[in-house]
Amino acid sequence: MKRSLAHRLIQALVVLTGVVLITFVMLRIVPGNPIETMMGEHADGATIQRMTAEMGLDQPLINQFFRYISSVVRGDFGTSYSLGRPVSELMGNAFANTLTLALLAALFAWIVGLGCGIFSAVNKNRLSDRLLMGTSLLGISLPVFMAAMFLQYVFAYRLHWLPVSGTDSWKGFILPAIALGWNNAGQVAQMTRTTLLETLQEDYIDTARAKGQGTMGVLVFHALRNAMLPVMTMMTIQLSGLLSGAVITETVFSINGVGRLMVQAISGRDIPLLQATSLLATGMVILGSLLADCLYAVLDPRIRRGD
Amino acid sequence: MPWNRRKRIERASDLRLESQIGEEERFGDLMRRMARENRTAMASFVIIVLMALAAILAPLLTPYAETDMDLLNRLAPPSAAHLLGTDEGGRDVLTRLLFGARVSLLIGVVPALLSLILGALMGVIAGYRGGMADAIIMRVADITLAFPSMLLAMVIMYSLGGGIVNVFLTLTLVNWANVARVVRSETLRIRSGAFVEAARVIGVSRDRIMRRHILPNCLPTLLVLFTLNIPTSILTESSLSFLGLGIQPPNASWGLMINTGRQYLYNAPWLCFAPGAAIMLIVLAFNFLGNGLLDVLDPRQKKQ
Repeated sequence: MKRSLAHRLIQALVVLTGVVLITFVMLRIVPGNPIETMMGEHADGATIQRMTAEMGLDQPLINQFFRYISSVVRGDFGTSYSLGRPVSELMGNAFANTLTLALLAALFAWIVGLGCGIFSAVNKNRLSDRLLMGTSLLGISLPVFMAAMFLQYVFAYRLHWLPVSGTDSWKGFILPAIALGWNNAGQVAQMTRTTLLETLQEDYIDTARAKGQGTMGVLVFHALRNAMLPVMTMMTIQLSGLLSGAVITETVFSINGVGRLMVQAISGRDIPLLQATSLLATGMVILGSLLADCLYAVLDPRIRRGD
Repeated sequence: MPWNRRKRIERASDLRLESQIGEEERFGDLMRRMARENRTAMASFVIIVLMALAAILAPLLTPYAETDMDLLNRLAPPSAAHLLGTDEGGRDVLTRLLFGARVSLLIGVVPALLSLILGALMGVIAGYRGGMADAIIMRVADITLAFPSMLLAMVIMYSLGGGIVNVFLTLTLVNWANVARVVRSETLRIRSGAFVEAARVIGVSRDRIMRRHILPNCLPTLLVLFTLNIPTSILTESSLSFLGLGIQPPNASWGLMINTGRQYLYNAPWLCFAPGAAIMLIVLAFNFLGNGLLDVLDPRQKKQ
């Protein structure tokens, strides 16, 4: 167990370095001097040259890369070209907002998805099951931007129940979290139903019933616990989707998160900011999948013992 | 029905053509069998064909031209003259939707095909050559998959710039890794087959074995992956265009229509919801078709 975890950790570090390298190269092959873009048409040649040298942009790419890596390790992500503030400062705030949003979305997806999945499995093939599963299918095929705009239109523009945008109060997080979690809720519901129905056919369920365990007891202590494993795996895959979706949700609801910062970085041709935000987002995904592996080991004794 | 993408992809790697278990099955027979066994998939196939026809025949289906402006009739709600209303320039939304279908379908199909080719090549090389090539290709695939797909697409679009050709390239670079993984595991399975061994023994070259024996045996898997990659491409493109990073005007994909319509969400919601519904319909149809093909091509499923 410990060895495989160490192995995973090293693999994660390799992938993370690869991510930095790829984004670094990609962002530097863009034609044009970023300093010129930043200073506009009116900058004179001497100033541009001085600024380029100051930021080390005249050095060979490989030197720039190692310089960047060493400053990142020290927690220095450079200064944003477009906003003129340290990138780490900008990211701290954004990170908190995105994390809140993603966690709330995941919470929504899990409560609604699990609830619907269990209800559907128990009422297999009844009308309620079919209706619920049809709805979850609709949830899966609904693109995040559609869910976001639909919720915004109905609950903010028409009914005025919740704010249109911003995060001044906790109410501002409700619609974005639902919009972001909607898709995952559908997936969790489908997956829970399928795995729960499979698990309910196992022999140990019959054994538990024969020993006098009630319907609820069988469901919660025997079936659900085992059915959770594949559903847990899905959470890892969903994390990456949540971050992709966060870009859209944050844009629609004007939330200052990592995704929106990234969109701003692109429109401002702000390389340090774009590099840092993509590193942060990928880091979150890699960390998430590491955590999920650990969780998996805790839940499944076969993995814990290393069979 | 496996709706989870990774699970579907895992299942796709087990598919094989009927020819491998004795009887030859042509594409026509396959479609007939699907029509019998999986009505939803067949209905989806019909919807896709109809949408493609509507996109091709767009100029014949509508009395308006794509760029007909009518400034007296801006943001008009749906009516008999304009079934889906008009946009901020007084253009007919239905007409724009039909013409947008051309771009959106193209964006579904072309990158799915390109990423299939790239992924299959990389997968076969990694699986068959092994060693250093395998290690390098698979690490690059791992790194690609570590990126949330939208973010990777955004970074690539940034360095390439907007425009339809760059959207093709970007979506290809985002989607190839999944294909490569599946094809690699397929190759490893096929490579151990007796017929590959026999070919090697009689002195068939390595490249020829890859071309003539391994790739053809991956075809059913590739067909399913292709079908499932199309909706992914359409969704990623519409998200990119929604953020203004994808297709650039005057080309109009459904995603771009939503992007421009968003400013008028309060007064003219049909500008966003009409193309949105079109995206949902086509994505759902391709997903159902992909699942149907998965069921029809899966020998285990048939025995049950």
